[in-house]
Amino acid sequence: MKEQLQSIHQEAIEKIKKSDSAKHLQELKVAYLGKKGSITSVLRGMGKLSKEERPVIGDIANKVRESITHTIESKKDELDRHALEKKLEAESIDVTLPGRPVETGGPHLLTKIIEEIENLFIGMGYEVREGPEVETDYYNFEALNLPKNHPARDMQDTFYLTPDLLLRTHTSPVQARTMHKYGGQQPVRMICPGIVYRRDDDDATHSHQFTQIEGLYVDKNVRMSDLKGTLDVFAKKMFGEDREIRLRPSFFPFTEPSVEMDISCKVCRGEGCSVCKNTGWIEILGAGMVHPKVLSMAGYDPEIYTGFAFGMGPDRIAMLKYGVNDIRQFYMNDVRFLQQYHKA
Amino acid sequence: MLVSLNWLKNYVDISGISIEDLAERITKSGIEVDGIHYIAEESKGLVVGYVESCEQHPNADKLNLCQVDVGEETLQIICGAPNIKQGQKVIVAKPGGVLPGNFKIKKVKLRGIESNGMICSLQEIGINEKYVPKDVADGIFVLPEDTVVGEDIEPLMNLNDAVLEFDLTPNRADCLSMLGVAYEVAAVLDKEVNLPDYSVATTNDHAKNYISVDVESPELNPYYGAFIIKDVQVKQSPLWLRNYLMAAGVRPINNVVDITNYVLFEYGQPLHAFDYDHLDSKKIVVRQARENEKMTTLDDVERTLTSQDLLITDGEKPIALAGVMGGANTEVNENTTTVLLEAAYFDPYTVRKTVNKTGLRSEASTRFEKGVDPNRVKEAGLRACLMLKDYADGEVLEGAVEFDKLDRSSKKVMMNQKEINKRLGTDLTTKEIEDILRKLGFDYKQVDIEFEVSIPTRRGDISIFEDMLEEVARIYGYDHLPYTLPKGASKPGALTERQNLKRKIKQFLQGVGLSETITYSLTNKDYIDKLISPEIKILNPKPARVALPMTEDHYYLRLSLLPEMLKSMAYNIARKQTNLAFYEMGTIFVTDEEKITKQPNERLRLSGAITGHWMNHEWQQEKKSVDFYVIKGIIESLFSYLDVEVDYKRLKHPDLHPGRSAMISLDESTIGFIGQVHPSMEKAFDLKETYVFDLDMEQVLEAYEHIPSFSHIPRYPAIARDVAFVLDESVPANEVQRLIEELGSPVIKDVHVFDLYMGDNLPDGKKSVAYNLIYQDPHKTLKDEEVDQSFREIIEKVNEQFDAYVRS
Repeated sequence: MKEQLQSIHQEAIEKIKKSDSAKHLQELKVAYLGKKGSITSVLRGMGKLSKEERPVIGDIANKVRESITHTIESKKDELDRHALEKKLEAESIDVTLPGRPVETGGPHLLTKIIEEIENLFIGMGYEVREGPEVETDYYNFEALNLPKNHPARDMQDTFYLTPDLLLRTHTSPVQARTMHKYGGQQPVRMICPGIVYRRDDDDATHSHQFTQIEGLYVDKNVRMSDLKGTLDVFAKKMFGEDREIRLRPSFFPFTEPSVEMDISCKVCRGEGCSVCKNTGWIEILGAGMVHPKVLSMAGYDPEIYTGFAFGMGPDRIAMLKYGVNDIRQFYMNDVRFLQQYHKA
Repeated sequence: MLVSLNWLKNYVDISGISIEDLAERITKSGIEVDGIHYIAEESKGLVVGYVESCEQHPNADKLNLCQVDVGEETLQIICGAPNIKQGQKVIVAKPGGVLPGNFKIKKVKLRGIESNGMICSLQEIGINEKYVPKDVADGIFVLPEDTVVGEDIEPLMNLNDAVLEFDLTPNRADCLSMLGVAYEVAAVLDKEVNLPDYSVATTNDHAKNYISVDVESPELNPYYGAFIIKDVQVKQSPLWLRNYLMAAGVRPINNVVDITNYVLFEYGQPLHAFDYDHLDSKKIVVRQARENEKMTTLDDVERTLTSQDLLITDGEKPIALAGVMGGANTEVNENTTTVLLEAAYFDPYTVRKTVNKTGLRSEASTRFEKGVDPNRVKEAGLRACLMLKDYADGEVLEGAVEFDKLDRSSKKVMMNQKEINKRLGTDLTTKEIEDILRKLGFDYKQVDIEFEVSIPTRRGDISIFEDMLEEVARIYGYDHLPYTLPKGASKPGALTERQNLKRKIKQFLQGVGLSETITYSLTNKDYIDKLISPEIKILNPKPARVALPMTEDHYYLRLSLLPEMLKSMAYNIARKQTNLAFYEMGTIFVTDEEKITKQPNERLRLSGAITGHWMNHEWQQEKKSVDFYVIKGIIESLFSYLDVEVDYKRLKHPDLHPGRSAMISLDESTIGFIGQVHPSMEKAFDLKETYVFDLDMEQVLEAYEHIPSFSHIPRYPAIARDVAFVLDESVPANEVQRLIEELGSPVIKDVHVFDLYMGDNLPDGKKSVAYNLIYQDPHKTLKDEEVDQSFREIIEKVNEQFDAYVRS
């Protein structure tokens, strides 16, 4: 009987392995394990066995049953897997076709630059302040040491609304307002971004409306070397660690000493090229130590407080950083221009 | 200011430094050199020639056949210039020579006769046409008789000169003179300045016998000096002088005018020469003009004056607009023999006002406006007298006739070593500071670390310690300042809540597909009253405008961001970019004053516009054009993002589609609108269907609450019920929804429309709106009976209130 069972086992395993459908497997299951299956029919002869042999054969029979059941199940799994694979294969699509687009927009290039600069100075402990675009003559000029009839007012052609109201020509009035607000009592660390206006004909390099960011740092014992260090940190973060800065003396009515800052030209690395007009340097911003009159008008004692201020044009920075060749691009809003700067 | 280096060499030694290095060092110490120009491109083989004979070319009417002695040989040259004559000294380009533009001179045959070279005009040797004197503009240049035949033209005509173009800041008026530049260069290079000679031998006859000077407004004209020069011969200036003037960008005229111009550039002191014989009375009276007084200036324009203008008169008639322009009646011409030379100090502000009014800005007025050096006024007059003697054969009469109340004292500025170092962050020694002062040419007294600096009057820009601080720093070199960071206590920087929220809103809109634009705040008359939001309109805004616009297009301060945004859209559409979705955050300017007197209320707006396809997936043929519900969806999700509850009501607005526009309100207060641009306006802008939104950010930002309160995630199951009501088409769906919410409160958690049907099976003028109601109690599991009861009540009330019935 033992031999019989073993040969049934062998035959069953072979058939199961060759089976190619769930239906056939079911038939095999019935044929071997069913009530009328071959194992059952062999076991019917158990009665003839001795008391000692019976458990041995019974044990063998159980093992054969188990083995066949197990083999059928794993074969079934295998067949299911094949069937699924086949089905999924049939569901294939062309994964190289374009997907359903999720249209996204993006920030204006100037906003990008402004936020970048804001973040940089926020990191250095500055606050961001805003102010009105229609300013009084006082805050736009007088509080910045530009009294009426000062020749330097000619440097900034102004849109006046009335003799006393104007479109701000720079964001410096926000500095004046902030200092007035703090009333000479507390240190000031601020930057003020915003739109400004000048009476200019619009062309590739001039726009009657553009943006500006100015910064102000007032405290006790602020030195000119602090201005230099701060600008250096800014320039390297903004334009690259490999850029050098150069300060040149200049003139602004609201600062003394005054400086203009150049950065080394990225294109020619100081060799001289058309971008830097053969100088190796590109002018980036104006700055200086806050003029004592500006401090005292705002209630700060210039004997105790000193400070520095700086101002730059995001339009110009964008033009330099991205090679935009016409300032009017910023205000035309041609989507083909706007979208170029929507990337992360 | 154009600085000829050959001219500058007369006052300061600039040998041993290249032009580029010099320009760089000047720039780094504070005066921006904007460019280096060379007088002429390189030329070769140019010499002085003597025209021995000049006859008409036998075969050509307009050509002359000349024999020209060029020193070692005589050349036969054919010349077409109308002004060539026998006996002239001329500029000859010899065969083998090269003119600017790499123009090679060869032997040629002209109409059968050989020509061995070329007789040149100034333009041909490379001098800018602008500066070529008018009388030789159409012909060859004739050299002075005493020129040596065969001499090299290049140095003779100053062709080897380089000119630095200074971009001067308004404070550095001192560098509007060669002497000022010399002091600056001397400071930078650590050299001495050589001053020009102004000691002039005079006759025994005294100027006061010829003229008197009376100044009626001393505060406007604290110094007036009149010099008399007799027996003047008006003629060409010496060649070197003409060359210097051309290098400085001035066209030579005649010796008298050229000398006043020369001294103007040399000293920075404008002078004026009158023809003495044309003065009616022999006195100079300086006074303010009378209202509407008239005078004709040198440019032959009759000017009407006011009492703000300062006049030089001869006691009777005006002869000059002080510091601005002379009169036509006393102009020096070739017949002039006696010159009255004026050297004066005029009040800068007065000159500036007259210049601004008349537009007569000149080399002279520019200097007066900025204030001339009080210590150089008379010196400059004497210098011109000396030159008139030397180059115009004049006899200078003794003494100047003067009115003199001029303050010539120098300002004193105190500074000390400790304070300098504290302010600059440096470690300068007193020795280094002394050195800087010496280089600058500033006198000082020193006690220990204290310096009392006498500021030369040429440096009118220096009056306080900080001004001196800049002088010290720039001569020390900004390059040498250390890099430090402020030592003050650090405090964290951060955006304010409002600034943060503005950024978040922008990011949100960008994420849902809108591109940020920046348009102009100044708009035109047509746009100014368009698409104004109801909550702004109700303020009765009056358009504010600038007094002097650059163009009509940018004239009025906007009351809405939308018109300029639509213009940008049209710009794109004209360039075949038809799917557009824009937003902008910007300011509008609201005032109710007809004539503005105070700052307008600047309100932050958030506006947007979309047109074209909203979604487009080409190969799957999925396309969706924008419609009202696209823009509404954007706004709804924005407010949901901000957790601010708003409400929509139909809006009638002249610039919007009457049936597709809604007003948005927040707690009963209007905050903006959404809608389709009125089709006739779309047409005017050349736009297809375009939807816009416009929100008052001030109110939105105000309504935003920083920290939303926490609510528990519901633990009990929700029960849904659906119902479709048949309603009149005119019943707004959200009113029904509001009633449902009200009646279902507090156990109704959400109500939303899931279907809209109009058409077959419904009576005309009716629509079916289906609502999905979600019931959920946060504290317990709702029973079906509770829900059914509420649902029945809702149906009953809706039917009653809106004359509705349930669609089965």
